[in-house]
This record gives sequence, C-alpha cells and structure tokens, in this order.
Amino acid sequence: MATMSAAPVKIERQISLPFSQALRIAFRNITVRLGRAMITGAGTMLGIAFLMSVFANGLAQQASGVTITEQVAQKNTWLVIMSLLVSAVGITNSMLMSVTERYKEIGTMKCLGALDNFIVKLFLLESGVLGFFGSLIGCFIGAFFALISKFGILGKLNWGLLFAYMAMCLLIGTLLSIIAAVGPAMRAAKMAPADAMRSEI
Amino acid sequence: MATEITSGAVSATDGNGAATQNTPAVPPNGAANGTPNDAYTGQEYIVRAKGVTKSYEVGGQPVHALRGVDIDIRRGEYISIMGPSGSGKSTLFNMIGGLDKPTTGTVFIDEVDMAQLDAYELAWLRCRKIGYIFQTFNLIPVMTALENITLPMIFAGASLDEQMEKGKRLLEQVGIGHRMHNKPSQLSGGQQQRVAIARSLANEPAIVLADEPTGNLDQKTGKEIIELLKKLNKESGVTIITATHDDKMLDVSDRIVWVSDGRIDKIKRRDEVDITVGTMAGVH
Repeated sequence: MATMSAAPVKIERQISLPFSQALRIAFRNITVRLGRAMITGAGTMLGIAFLMSVFANGLAQQASGVTITEQVAQKNTWLVIMSLLVSAVGITNSMLMSVTERYKEIGTMKCLGALDNFIVKLFLLESGVLGFFGSLIGCFIGAFFALISKFGILGKLNWGLLFAYMAMCLLIGTLLSIIAAVGPAMRAAKMAPADAMRSEI
Repeated sequence: MATEITSGAVSATDGNGAATQNTPAVPPNGAANGTPNDAYTGQEYIVRAKGVTKSYEVGGQPVHALRGVDIDIRRGEYISIMGPSGSGKSTLFNMIGGLDKPTTGTVFIDEVDMAQLDAYELAWLRCRKIGYIFQTFNLIPVMTALENITLPMIFAGASLDEQMEKGKRLLEQVGIGHRMHNKPSQLSGGQQQRVAIARSLANEPAIVLADEPTGNLDQKTGKEIIELLKKLNKESGVTIITATHDDKMLDVSDRIVWVSDGRIDKIKRRDEVDITVGTMAGVH
C-alpha cells in the first residue's frame, strides 16, 4: 500500500488556463471594448512614434553627413525618456480604469475557479497585445514623419539599422505596456471572489 | 493483490486518508474528473459547519457577523437561508460557499476542511465542487452564452469537444439551446439567469449556491427559475442552497433556515411551515 499513499495530488495541475485560451479572451476583451482599447493603444503609439522619429532623424542626419552634438543627443534622450514615462503612466491609468470597470467580472471569474495568476495573465496579455499593435503603428508613423522631408538622402540611409531600431521600438513598446499593466493586474487579482456577490453596480 | 484489482475505489479512500494527515483532503484524479466514487459521495452531509463565528473590524469597531452557527446540510437537499440584511445571512452564505473563512469554528464542504485550504485548493473547490448563481446574473458580457458556460470547463481542463458537447447539452437542459450564440446583452433577465444556472452546473458541482437568484426578476420569470432549480435538484441530485427573500422559493425548499443577529434562529422542514405564497403567515 505504500505506493498508494504517494505524493498527494497537486492542485495546480488541475486548474488551468491554457495560453491560447487566455490570448483568445484577451483579444475578445480588446475587440469588444475597441474604443477604450484604441485610446490605451494610442498612448503607446505616440510614445513609440516619438522614439522612432528620434532614431530615424538621427539616421537621416548621419546619412546627410551631419554629426549630432553631444548636447542635442542628451536633450533627445531626455525627451524620449519623458515621453515613454508619460505613455507608461497613461497605460497604467487606463488599465486601472479597466480593472475598476470589470471588478464584478473578475470576481465572477474567481468564483468560477480562476486562480489569481489567470487574472494577472489576462490583463498582462491584453496590455501586451495593445502595446504590440500600438508600437507597430507608432514605429511606422515615427519613421514616416521623420523621413518625409528628407527624400534626397533616402538612398544613403542605413536601412538595416532603421529596421533594427523599429524592432527595438516594438520590443520597448510591448514591454513597457506589459510592465505598466503589472500594478493594475495585481490589484485585479487580489479582488475577493465574494465581491461578485455584491449587488450594487 | 486483491486491493490492486479494485484500485479505483481503494486509491480514492487512500488518497483521502493520506491527504488529511499532511495536506487537506482533496480527492485524487478519479473523483476530480467527475466520476463519482463511493468513498467520496457516500457521505451523508455535503456541508457541515460547527461553531462558526466571524468577526471583523470596521473603523476600529469589532463587528460580529456570526456568533456561533452549527448547520449540517445533506446531499441533494434544497435549502433556503432567510434573514434581514445585517443578520449575517450573507456571511454564512459566503462561508458555506467557500468564499470566506470563519474566524473560529470549522466548515467542512464535502468532507474538506475549508480552513486548511490554500488559494489553489480553494480555487479548485470553487471550480469543481461549487456552482454559483448570482442575483445580478454576472455573465461575462463579452462572451456568448455558450462561451460563458464553457469558461469553468476551460479552467477545469476539459477538451474543446467536451466543452462544446457539454455546453450545448446544458443550454438545452435549461431551455435556451437556441440562444447559445447570443451575448448576455441580447438576452432577457430570465434567459441570462438560465445561462448562469447552466454555467453553475458546468463542472458537475456537488453544491449550487444561489444568492437571491430571483431578486432581479419579475414574479413570473422568478417562478420559472425556481421551478428550473427544483427540477435540476430533483433530476441530478445537486444540493441547492439559496439566500432569498422570495416566498416562492420557500415553497420548493426541503428546509428553511432563518438567520438573525449572527445566529441561526430556527430551521424548519417545508412541511412544518405554513406558507401561502405572498404572505408570511405562520412563520414565527
């Protein structure tokens, strides 16, 4: 009988939210509240568009032979950091609103057996997806506006580096959105399931 | 070697015995997959609460929501809990439903001591053992009726085929198979509550907890919902526990529990209570 009383069953394995399902639910949440989602995404988009325009401008100046002074470079770095911070705060704010709006939904999910990490997963995925698409659009917008007036040097532009910067912006934007959503997501996950029972809206 | 031949039942009892010693008793795989086994369903009582008290502080003032409650609920019973707001009814209800832990005393749900459970195990219990029905229906607004019902099944790890098959069957069972692809906003209150009832049954729970399930419905729809709950109670033997103000609900209950001032005032069987729907005559 010794074999029978082996390790007790681990509960974690018995409740699960597969990644594909979580992604599907996150996408659904975005498409259903598209207006709100687009505003959240727009924050990331603007921040990333600015970052990308700074990168693209630098490349364009390099291509036309102008060297950037230390001072300008420093000012640019400062502006980029500020703009990214502003978009991160915007995302956090927007996700917090989203959590408050959905507190009953979250409580209900917990009553249905959702673990805290399912809720965190859903909110981070949602923010990550928004951040990804926001950054994608932001990359192109930033590069477009930085280069639109510089047709002459497009031939000499280091296109490889431009695409590398784009990939970097995409990564930064997505990560930024996910990190900015951690606070709200944790707050959502801490919600007591009994809150779902409360009748007031 | 004989024990190994009947390993299904033996391992289930064994798993329990072993589990109660170190970790809380949670049934091993056999029972978890929804195949009832004797070791687990043989117990007479699904809920056993002993000396339950609950106190918390509000603004530095201690509040005693429950002052010592004992209640045993049998498998397959239909129980209504009544009491004015502030009586501790909701606290008791949450306690039975695994949504809250007692300050002192013990609550056993299906032979599992609630106080011993950690967050994972509580979630497991809510997912598999307890179905919730809410006054405000609480369907996930962005999902269709069918998706709402399959959500707990996703948590429980059911396959897609299983989800679809069972989801459709449950919707048929509650009489809204034709609305399965509608969003909650496209359904009437009664229809939404039917979806919620189907969802509560998604993982074949042992208990369905219904918090004022007719509170947001008109008389006629409320009656239909009560009849549906009673039908499911009779057909599938699921224990139904409701918190209610609705006299129509008392009529189908096996037992009625009155809570006041943090204590159980009285518990009566349906046949001991003289209710003519619409009045409270005889209830004293």
